[in-house]
Amino acid sequence: MSDYISHDHEHDGIDRRGFLHCMAWAGTGLLWTISGGVLASRTLAQIAKAGEPLPATDLSFLQISDSHIGFSKEANKDVTATFKIALDRINAMPTPPSFLIHTGDISQLSKPEEFDTFDEVLKSCRTKDVFYVPGEHDVLNDGGKLYRERYLKSVEGKGSGWYSFNKNGVHFIGLVNVLDLQAGGLGQLGDEQLKWLEADVKDLSADTPVVVFAHIPLWAVYPQWGWGTSDSERALGYLKRFGSVTVLNGHIHQVLQKVEGNVTFHSAMSTAFPQPAPGTAPSPGPMKVPAEKLRSLLGLTSVKYLQGKSSLAVIDSNLS
Amino acid sequence: MITLTSKNKMAALVCGIVFLNLSLFALGGEMKNADSTKPNRIEIKDFAFNPQTLTVKSGEKVTWINRDEEPHTVVSVEKQFKKSTALDTDQEFTITVGAPGTYSYFCSVHPKMTGTIVVEK
Repeated sequence: MSDYISHDHEHDGIDRRGFLHCMAWAGTGLLWTISGGVLASRTLAQIAKAGEPLPATDLSFLQISDSHIGFSKEANKDVTATFKIALDRINAMPTPPSFLIHTGDISQLSKPEEFDTFDEVLKSCRTKDVFYVPGEHDVLNDGGKLYRERYLKSVEGKGSGWYSFNKNGVHFIGLVNVLDLQAGGLGQLGDEQLKWLEADVKDLSADTPVVVFAHIPLWAVYPQWGWGTSDSERALGYLKRFGSVTVLNGHIHQVLQKVEGNVTFHSAMSTAFPQPAPGTAPSPGPMKVPAEKLRSLLGLTSVKYLQGKSSLAVIDSNLS
Repeated sequence: MITLTSKNKMAALVCGIVFLNLSLFALGGEMKNADSTKPNRIEIKDFAFNPQTLTVKSGEKVTWINRDEEPHTVVSVEKQFKKSTALDTDQEFTITVGAPGTYSYFCSVHPKMTGTIVVEK
């Protein structure tokens, strides 16, 4: 029966499959209104009535995370191949994302050759702009020096590498919470970074959509496994006056989501290997699954801000 | 049935003793190592140091071995010994402990992981 299948690249599934995956809201795909104003719960009609100008224009970007190049254990013996598949999916998107955000753990062991492989493979991606924040695997032995030189030079990261930028009226903030960790503690931002954050958002209008990205979740996903950031509350305090805050994290290799007021927290899948749901295994180490199931647990996250629809959507799609 | 020669009996006895010792070592959590020629080993498994507390004598060696698929480090909280680099699966790290006292350490990659070495005179 196999000769029945036509291998026409225009029609045999790449585009259609890519499209379907783009549309597949894994589990709890999310769509919410942001206000052009103040409250996330305002309806479109209310916004129209208020006649407030929308500050931002259409924008779509893509989050990839936890590539772990160099990992070669049973959970996934070829993480470079699955990373390539993720890039193929990005290249197959009908509307390419404006840029990528990589939320850390590019490498397994912070080795220069692992970063080299990542960079080489990434060249195949049609989307060229990439914004990075480090994961703990990227800064293992040198306090993040090599990572900063390679991935944070162009954004002129402050302190240990944090920075912000604006795109289409949306304010993006890249935070570092994987350095100088304290015994017994969680991820950490530190006083210097928090002071910078406070100053960074001080003069922004409250209707500016804000996107924060960092490796370790900025909410207490499961502190027993270190899945949280000890001083994230202070950071969120500086952001609570904003009508729409989207917090994107990696680290836990699975989609988890939480909405708290105007803040939506979202963690992305890895392109390398899955990790167990909180508390369901003796440890958060790589989760071994049958080979045919692996790609369904790997993936990427697409984020869209649409002018007029006043919506910011976070859509996860897997690699199967 | 297999008949044990006296040599085999001796080997079995030695194995038994070693096994018993290892069991105590694993279960006890804290244990003095009377024979200084024996290695003081701490296994890193499932994001934990085992035993979590190890008592040794000043001047002895302590070796950590990582049995996880995740890299871990060994870092002294009070900088009482030089920190390890990231240990990949099955990699070891050895220190020679100095002055008597309590050495608290942790994994700087997963700081929830903590352990203690008690160094006696």
